[in-house]
Amino acid sequence: MTTVLDILLRLAVWLLLAPLLPGVINKVKAWIAGRRGPPVLQLYYDLAKLWRKGVVLSTAVSPGHVAGPAVAWVAVLSAALLLPLGPAGTALSFRGDALLFVYLLAVARFCTSCAALDTASAFEGMGVAREVSYAVLAEAAVITALLTLALQSNSVSLGTMLVPSAGAGAGLLAAGLFLVLLAENCRVPFDDPNTHLELTMIHEVMVLDHSGPPLAAILHGASVKLLLFAVLLAETVLPIGKLSPLMATAALAGSVLVVAVGVGLVESLFARLAFRRVPMLLTTAFLLSLFALLAAWKGAGA
Amino acid sequence: MKELALIAVPFVAAIAALLWPKDETRPWLLPATGVVHVALTMWLLIAPPPVEPMAWVAFDPLARAVLPAVSVLFLACAAYAVSYLRLRSERPNRVFVACLLAVLGLLSAGHQARHLGLLWIATEAVTLAAVPLLHFNNTGRAFEATWKYLLVGGTGIALSLLGSFCLGYASLHGGGGGDLTFVALTAQGAGLSRPWVLTAWVLLLVGYGTKMGLAPMHTWKPDAYGEAPGIVGALLAGAVTTVAFTAVLRVRAVVDAAGAGVVAGRTLIVIGLFSMLVAALFLLGTRDFKRMLAYSSVEHMGILSLGAGLGGAGVWAALFHVWTNALTKGAVFLSAGNIRRAGGGRTQDEVAGMAILTPVSARIFVVCMLAITACPPFGPFFSELRILRAAFADGQGAVAAVFLAALLFAFLGLSRLVFAIVDGRPRAAAKKTDRRFRETAGVIVPPLVLLGLSLWLGVATPSVLQEAWTAAVQALFPLP
Amino acid sequence: MTGALNLLVALAMGLNLLALGSSRLPSLIRAAAVQGMVLGVLPLLLEHEFHGLVWVVAAATIAIKGFVIPGLLRRALRTAHIDREVEPLLGFIPSLLLGAMAAIGAVAFAGALPLRPEHAGTLLVPGAFATLVGGLLLLMGRSKAIAQVCGYLILENGIYLFGLLLIHATPLIVEAGILLDLTVGVFVIGIIVDRIQREFDTLDTRKLTSLRE
Repeated sequence: MTTVLDILLRLAVWLLLAPLLPGVINKVKAWIAGRRGPPVLQLYYDLAKLWRKGVVLSTAVSPGHVAGPAVAWVAVLSAALLLPLGPAGTALSFRGDALLFVYLLAVARFCTSCAALDTASAFEGMGVAREVSYAVLAEAAVITALLTLALQSNSVSLGTMLVPSAGAGAGLLAAGLFLVLLAENCRVPFDDPNTHLELTMIHEVMVLDHSGPPLAAILHGASVKLLLFAVLLAETVLPIGKLSPLMATAALAGSVLVVAVGVGLVESLFARLAFRRVPMLLTTAFLLSLFALLAAWKGAGA
Repeated sequence: MKELALIAVPFVAAIAALLWPKDETRPWLLPATGVVHVALTMWLLIAPPPVEPMAWVAFDPLARAVLPAVSVLFLACAAYAVSYLRLRSERPNRVFVACLLAVLGLLSAGHQARHLGLLWIATEAVTLAAVPLLHFNNTGRAFEATWKYLLVGGTGIALSLLGSFCLGYASLHGGGGGDLTFVALTAQGAGLSRPWVLTAWVLLLVGYGTKMGLAPMHTWKPDAYGEAPGIVGALLAGAVTTVAFTAVLRVRAVVDAAGAGVVAGRTLIVIGLFSMLVAALFLLGTRDFKRMLAYSSVEHMGILSLGAGLGGAGVWAALFHVWTNALTKGAVFLSAGNIRRAGGGRTQDEVAGMAILTPVSARIFVVCMLAITACPPFGPFFSELRILRAAFADGQGAVAAVFLAALLFAFLGLSRLVFAIVDGRPRAAAKKTDRRFRETAGVIVPPLVLLGLSLWLGVATPSVLQEAWTAAVQALFPLP
Repeated sequence: MTGALNLLVALAMGLNLLALGSSRLPSLIRAAAVQGMVLGVLPLLLEHEFHGLVWVVAAATIAIKGFVIPGLLRRALRTAHIDREVEPLLGFIPSLLLGAMAAIGAVAFAGALPLRPEHAGTLLVPGAFATLVGGLLLLMGRSKAIAQVCGYLILENGIYLFGLLLIHATPLIVEAGILLDLTVGVFVIGIIVDRIQREFDTLDTRKLTSLRE
């Protein structure tokens, strides 16, 4: 019974806190641009509005068009549940859950892509092609980063992998994961969440044909994914196990906030990259993780 | 003191050449320095000075076995240069003459260097000093050749420095003081750290092999030899490659002492045969007779490497071949230079019928071709025969077979191209171009003398040279 | 001391990758220059007692590798109106991946070689080999003469890094000679660059193709 309660509690935390992050980012961007900006809770209002609206479906689509966002949303949330929440640890933990974590994220992407392809629109197909080709490179970086953590902690369970700090390669790993975070969540130098220029969109293209509750699921899922990567990044760097529970919670919350501010700063200060330069930056992320792995390997050997 | 004079005299002459006011008379510094240099080396050859074991520079047995050949070749080239530079009076020759003299000084230093670092500095300096020589013609193609030479040669030289460091570290790791003199390294012998010695051997072989022009590091050679004046080609092929070869020999002695002689020998044999085969294949295809000479040089470097890989008798034969190659290559480059000047082109499409236009040079060219492809009774025949015998004595029948096949292909390729150029009717273009060229004694005698020396080396090898080569082999690879 | 040393060597290895990924000539030159300066500091960390000569060598290295040569290259870039694109023969991502593989290979290779105890914990040997390969990749994989010169500089940096292993054993006179040769070499290369430029109106060595079989 307590397990179920625990899971429900965590789910509530993820569900309720996640939409806060895009709000923070937008606020930072607005401040830097000298605007007042939308309220921090804007995404909550948007979601509530979308939830109340009806669904407009193209005549060409199959039920998969609606099922895709739903499955993706569930998959991202399950992945979030696998991640330890600071001192509270994980609700579900078993050997090899790090692999499941990677696969759940992949499933989420697969479902969003399929739902987009389902409209049979060439335009959305283009968006899917871009999204997936970048994802291949970003995934390599994530897997290498997890491999590094696994090597350091001698474990393949996220609960134990993220407790100690990342050691020698922490800086490299943090930089690599931050780049992945930007790429996976379609932030600026990879994609522009605010763009309305269709030819340059990646993620936005895929969701053009969604409306109402499925769109709400997609938007909310995206915010959960952002929070998820922010938490992963924070826990990779922070020595959670060494701090007292209160301190650890504060540190975790603080670092997630720092990451959000960082994303806002990057979005304000940098321009979007040209498409052909994007693989370069993702390769850099991969190399950063790879060198963290090398450091971990050398550190283990010495 | 005479060994230092060998280095100092050319440098003083080089400075004098830089200060000399008149272009017309400056080239005479070359033969003057050459005569002094030859006199000194001959004196030292006949009466070898005592060698102080720890000296960084000394006229040691290996220098004695090789340096006089370089000296003789330089003198012949210098004599030729006087006439050549008169023909090319449209080009300023201040830097050219100074650099030629500097190259001689640096070659003397390189051959006499008994310290790994000093040897490297001399080789690098020779590489750099040869740059102005290569783009003497000042054409776009000459710059292209120089750029490739510098890039490939520079990389090779950088790798050989790394190899030197690795050898130093091998000594340091083995408890030595990191003393980079060859004497100290050899004395440390088996105390050297074996993995580091092998790493060093690979890097040094690639590095100095690039300088020698062993395949597959030979890519700069056809371009450089093709675009440079004949004398520069002769010096590069006969003398600069020799300093790299002695470097390989000296390093091999250290590797032998460290107990990795078998590996070293095998790599030398493989890379030597590979160079010979690559060169033979390109010789069958090329239509440009100056590039042909470059591939022939690659082939002869392969022969040297093969000889060095075959142990004592092979090294003796390789030293013999250094002499015959230097003298014959000198003759062939100088006579090819005459044909290039008179024929107005470099390929068999542009040049033909040289037997009518320049009868003497064409005949010398044909005889040189026969000599360089090891036809008896010239020197290369005897030195290559020695290498063949060494291969058989070593029980390496397959090596001998590949060696003979490569020689055959090289002969086919060279004779095909040479006769295409010498025979037939002169091309119309050749009648107009370069009418200034006359077969004066200045351009005929030097190749003829070199050819005569090559013949003399073959039929009656002077005993003093044989004794010098034996001493060098004994000094490098003392019998246990 | 080892920590600071390793940090600097790791920085130099990172600069290799930066150079391999640079798509603009100025950033490539900057990467090579910064790497040269980083390496110039290393002798000060390695030497136990400080005598004047070490300072002179360090200062000379920093000045030459960090300022003089990059300055010459930048001047060539400016005066010859060279287009700033690097124009790779080998793409940036393949070069980066090869560079990273070289770094990992260098670590593994260095692990297989016996080291003296005082060098066992340092990154000097892997750093040297990784830098060497990075330089070779640039030499072979870039078409512009200036990019190739930068590759050569990085190659030399790798060798310099290796030379630091012998800093206590080799007499400084050899090092001075090495430094001298390097400068002369690059100086000559600079002259050639100048000449190629005047002759072909370009610094693209792909145009240097009149000599071939």
